[in-house]
Amino acid sequence: MPDLQITHIRPTQGWAALNLKDLWLYRELVYFLTWRDIKVRYKQAILGIAWAILQPLLTMIVFSIIFGGLAKLPSDGIPYPLFSYAAVLPWQLFSSALHRSSVSLVGNANLLTKIYFPRLIIPFSAVMASLVDFGIAFLVMIGLMLYYQVWPTLLILWIIPLTLLALLTALAVSLWLSALNVLYRDVQHMIPFLTQFWMYASPVAYSADLIPTGIWRIIYGLNPMAGVIQGFRWALLGTRPPDIMMGISIAIVLILLVTGLFYFRRMEKTFADRV
Amino acid sequence: MSDIAIRAQNISKKYHIGMLHSHNDTLRDVIVSAFDREEHKRKALQAQIWAIKDLSFEVRQGEVLGVIGRNGAGKSTLLKILSRVTEPTKGVVDIYGRVGSLLEVGTGFHPELTGRENIYLNGAILGMKRREIASKYNDIVEFSEVGQFIDTPVKRYSSGMYLRLAFAVAAHLEPEILVVDEVLAVGDAEFQHKCLGKMSDVAQQGRTVLFVSHNMSAILRLTQETIVLDKGSMLMRGPSTRAVDFYLSSGFSQLGERTWVSEEIPADADPFVPIALRVKNAQGKVSDSLRSTEPITIEVEYSLNKSITGLRVGIYLLSTRGELVFTSFDTDDSVLFEKHATRAVGHYLSQCKIAADLLNEGRFIVGMNASSFRVKRYFQDEQALTFTVDAAGAPGMQWPEPRLGPLRPRLLWQIEHIKQ
Repeated sequence: MPDLQITHIRPTQGWAALNLKDLWLYRELVYFLTWRDIKVRYKQAILGIAWAILQPLLTMIVFSIIFGGLAKLPSDGIPYPLFSYAAVLPWQLFSSALHRSSVSLVGNANLLTKIYFPRLIIPFSAVMASLVDFGIAFLVMIGLMLYYQVWPTLLILWIIPLTLLALLTALAVSLWLSALNVLYRDVQHMIPFLTQFWMYASPVAYSADLIPTGIWRIIYGLNPMAGVIQGFRWALLGTRPPDIMMGISIAIVLILLVTGLFYFRRMEKTFADRV
Repeated sequence: MSDIAIRAQNISKKYHIGMLHSHNDTLRDVIVSAFDREEHKRKALQAQIWAIKDLSFEVRQGEVLGVIGRNGAGKSTLLKILSRVTEPTKGVVDIYGRVGSLLEVGTGFHPELTGRENIYLNGAILGMKRREIASKYNDIVEFSEVGQFIDTPVKRYSSGMYLRLAFAVAAHLEPEILVVDEVLAVGDAEFQHKCLGKMSDVAQQGRTVLFVSHNMSAILRLTQETIVLDKGSMLMRGPSTRAVDFYLSSGFSQLGERTWVSEEIPADADPFVPIALRVKNAQGKVSDSLRSTEPITIEVEYSLNKSITGLRVGIYLLSTRGELVFTSFDTDDSVLFEKHATRAVGHYLSQCKIAADLLNEGRFIVGMNASSFRVKRYFQDEQALTFTVDAAGAPGMQWPEPRLGPLRPRLLWQIEHIKQ
C-alpha cells in the first residue's frame, strides 16, 4: 500500500494557523495562475504589450507638463521626466498589483466554490502577474537614462529588494482588501479612490525632501510606498539615500502583512459560502 | 493500516439563508443593520438551515459509493465538505488519500486561452503536477477528440467540444479518491456513454469513488452501495438496487403532486418560479396510481417574475430502471411555439395528456425542466415525482407474464389469412 496522504477535516475555531507549507506544495498552481493572468491580459488587448509601456510613459509625460513644466516643482536637480518616471515605475507596479489582487478572490469565485487549494494563492499570483508590466516599463527607464546620459551605478542592485518591498506592500494591503471584498463589494469601488489618494500621499510627482524633517517625516514614512519610491530614486538616480522613513516603512509593511495573513486565514473558510 | 478511505463522523453544516445568496451584501446593509435595531433583530432571527445534519459514514478503499437524494438533500454540500471547498460547522472527516473532485467539468477554463493552454491550467487547478500533465497530454487530447483545434481559443469551441475537453482533463486525474457530481448530466448521449465508460474504468482500477447523480441507471451500473440523503441526514445505506428502489418508492410522500417551497428553488432559477407538478387521472383527480387504459394528464404550475422569451417547460418520463421514456416540451407544437414566443409576467399552467394505452405497468418517474434553448436552464428537477401504472385491461393481459419495456402500446394489428 503506497503512503497515502491523510487529511483531517475539522471546523477551525477562531484564528487558524497560517499553514504556509501548503502554499509551497501548491507552488505550481501559483505559477499557472500567474501565467494565465499575464497571457489573458495581453491576448485581449489590441495593443497588447504596448500598454505596459504606454501607461507609465503617458503618466510621466502628463506629470512632466503639469508638475515639472507649469508648477515647476523641484526635482532634486534631476531632469523632471527622469525624476518622475523613476517614481511612476514602482508606483504603477504597486497600484496595479494592489488593484488586481484585491478583486482577485471575487474574480475567481468559480474556482473558490468548486475546488480546494490554499486561498492565499489567488491574491499572491495576482500580485506576481504585475511583475511583467514592471519589467517592460523598467526597460523604458533604462532607455530614458541613456537619453539623459545618467549612468547607473552599482546602487541599481537595490532595485531588487525595493521591488520586493513594493510587492509585499501590495500583498499586505490586498490580503485585507480581497477578503473584505468577498464580504462587501463596496471595497472594489473604493480601490480606485484609495490608490488615487495614496499616490498623492507618496512622493511620485514631487520630491520627498519637500516634507519637513522631524515628526512629519516619521508620519510620512507610515506610508510604506514613500520609502519604496524614495529608495527607487536613490538607487537609479543617486538622489539622497533613504533615511528613517525607510525603517518605518518596512516595519509598517511587516505589521500589515502578518495581520493580513491571519485575517485572511480567518476569513478563508467562509469564502466558498459567501463569494 | 486500515482499509478506510473516508471516515465522516457527525458532520453538520449550517447555512444562514441570507448567506446562500449574499451577492448584494454590501457595506450599506451592514451599516443599516447596525443602526436599525429592528433590522438587526430580524437578521439575527433569520432562519438557519442545516444542509448536513449529524451525518456519519465510512467509505472503504476501492469502494464505489453512490449518493442520491432530492434537490436540497445536502448532496452537493457533502461533496463540498469532502473536497475541502467548505468547512463543516461541526464534526470530523478523515480522508486517506488524495481527493480529486469533479464538481463541475471545466472549472477554471478560460475562454481566451487555447485548448492546449487550458489543459495545463485546468490540470494544475485540479491538482496535477506539470510533469504529470505533460505525460498525459497526448491521452487527454485523444480522449477529447478536439485534436485539430487544440491551438484554437476555447471560446470558439462548440459546447460539445468544450465539454469533451474539460472532461478529458478531469478524467485523467489520478487521485486515490474521486468525488464526482453530475458530470454526466451534460453533453450528448454518445458523450455521456463515453464518460460512464471512463468512470467504470476508474472504478475497476480499485480507486475509491463517491458518485453523486440523478441518473439512477448510472448509479445502478457503477456503484455497489448507495446512500440516500434527505434533508441533510442519511435515510438509508444499502446495496444500490435496494437504495434506488427505496428512494424511488418511499422517498415521495406526496401522492401524485410535487410542490416546491422557496428554499428548494435555487437563486439562479429566477425569474422562473416552479409551484407544482401534478399527475391526474382521467377523472381529473390528482393521483399516483393510474390506469394504462386511460389518458394521464401531467401539469406544471409556475409563475414568472419577469417575461421570458423562448421559454419552454418540459417534462420527461423515466422508468425506475433509469431508462428515459420520452421528453416533451409545451411548445413542441409549432402553433403554440409561435403563440407563446414570449411569456409575460404571471401565473401559468402547462398541461399535457399522455394517450391511453401507451405506458406499460410499473413505476414511472416524472422530471421537469424550464429552459430557453441554448440560453439558460432556469430550473430542473429530474425526479419530481413518481406514479404507478396499473395495466388492468391493457393489451396482452390474457397471458399472465410480464411485458418488458416501459411501453405497452395498443397497436393496430391486422391478421390476414393469405392462403389456405
